[in-house]
Amino acid sequence: MKRRDFVKALGAGAVIGRAGALTGCATTGSGRAGRVVVIGGGFGGATAAKYLRMWAPAIEVVLVERDTAFISCPFSNRVLGGSMTLQELTVGYDKLGPNRGVKVIHDEATAVDPVRREVRLAKGETLTYDRLIVAPGIDFMYETIPGLNDPAAREKVPHAWKAGAQTLALRKQLESMRDGGVVVVHVPTAPYRCPPGPYERACQIAFFLKNAKPRSKLILLDANDDIQSKKGLFTQAWNKLYRDKIEYRPNSELRDVDVDTLTVKLEFADVKADVLNVIPPQRAGNIARQAGLINVNDRWCGIDYLTFESTVHNNIHVIGDAIVAAPAMPKSGHMANQHAKIAADAVAALMSGRPVNDEPTIANTCYSWVSSSEVVHIASVHKYDVEQKTLVAVQGSGGVSATITNNEARFALSWVENIWADMLT
Amino acid sequence: MICRSIGYSALLGATVALAWSAPAKAEDLKARSWAAGCAACHGTGGRSDNEIPPLAGRNKDDLFMMLMEFKAGERKTATVMHQHAKGYTDEQLERIAAFYSRQPRR
Repeated sequence: MKRRDFVKALGAGAVIGRAGALTGCATTGSGRAGRVVVIGGGFGGATAAKYLRMWAPAIEVVLVERDTAFISCPFSNRVLGGSMTLQELTVGYDKLGPNRGVKVIHDEATAVDPVRREVRLAKGETLTYDRLIVAPGIDFMYETIPGLNDPAAREKVPHAWKAGAQTLALRKQLESMRDGGVVVVHVPTAPYRCPPGPYERACQIAFFLKNAKPRSKLILLDANDDIQSKKGLFTQAWNKLYRDKIEYRPNSELRDVDVDTLTVKLEFADVKADVLNVIPPQRAGNIARQAGLINVNDRWCGIDYLTFESTVHNNIHVIGDAIVAAPAMPKSGHMANQHAKIAADAVAALMSGRPVNDEPTIANTCYSWVSSSEVVHIASVHKYDVEQKTLVAVQGSGGVSATITNNEARFALSWVENIWADMLT
Repeated sequence: MICRSIGYSALLGATVALAWSAPAKAEDLKARSWAAGCAACHGTGGRSDNEIPPLAGRNKDDLFMMLMEFKAGERKTATVMHQHAKGYTDEQLERIAAFYSRQPRR
């Protein structure tokens, strides 16, 4: 970039500089370690910001997050079941500054310039970076469902797949439904965020119906040919707890939705609902798309699994649900927390000139609530494989709960408390 | 911006030099990275005060023995740890145990 262009860029709005950028040539010579901007304060981004500050205290870390509080997707199906409130799933960002020295900016990143290494924010500010960590989660591919093109339609047929207002909207619809009504939930083709989530949701909605609307039932339409996670355990739950409450229909690919009649149009059938919840197909979050970071199937961001650096742009790392998942690696909050730690360690290494860890090993644990008190888990361990250049599930590791018990609920509640603290305190 | 590019090239040169000559440091950074994985459940730095046991500041040999017993499937109360422990080499488990033994409890 020519200097006059850069000056022009400066003139476009307040530019908060990476180390030395405003004072000329001091970027690398001033002794300052540089600046990392993190876009997105979910399980991945907030964890990355915190751990980077822990491991490389000289690096300035700016976290850009549009919401003023974090609302957890994990456990949000319990709001539908009625055994948890949205408030209980909400945690503030107020500790990251005082405890960790992370600069939190509540704004929306609207554009990334990978050449100038700048992030533009909706309120007009421009941030420069030495390295950028993009943790945008997912956005919905509404263009694949013509009936949901209108934003108003998306209020009537909520996704409830990002916890918050949509979760409450679906809960309210369930509460208002007549007894004897039919709830229809549609599951998109994998990969999508949280593989066991739709089946946990079926349990939670069935739990609510069983107690509050006993003549009602749930039809779970799945675009996939089978249950995507913890199949044995969910089947056990459905047979034991929700017999006649849940009707599971695999191979149900959605063609469209008629919002006026709450009808799902499948290839060979229409299914009418009293309450309709369509979980749309997903891709990496919009800012990843804007930044040109999506290079796999027009949906996901390719990365180097040693550093989580984008295979499109240098100095940009992508973590969480937005990446093209390694084999057998779920898109989960826990996994995003683990990506964040590999990325934070790699960024700290790259910016201080030490070698990057060539043997990253990370793990996943996902708990699903099959009732108000019973929990099942799935676990896996993923290790970098030099030949395959990706993280692979370690043979013989991982697994699921032996059976459905009350015993794991206390661990699940402790897990969620600790992982929220691990990202936000 | 030209200045910055030059600065970066210089830094890159320094990076390579440093990487080749870096002496073994006291802190086991690989163990720190692996151990960070455990923190999602066991709390940052292994500090937890709920049903998931804390790891910070515990005896290294005790932690290592426990992990090896999980790995061997010998701890009957295990719900998930036997599945995790099997994903790590003995050496990794020993270095993770050593890392947590050195963490402050508070």
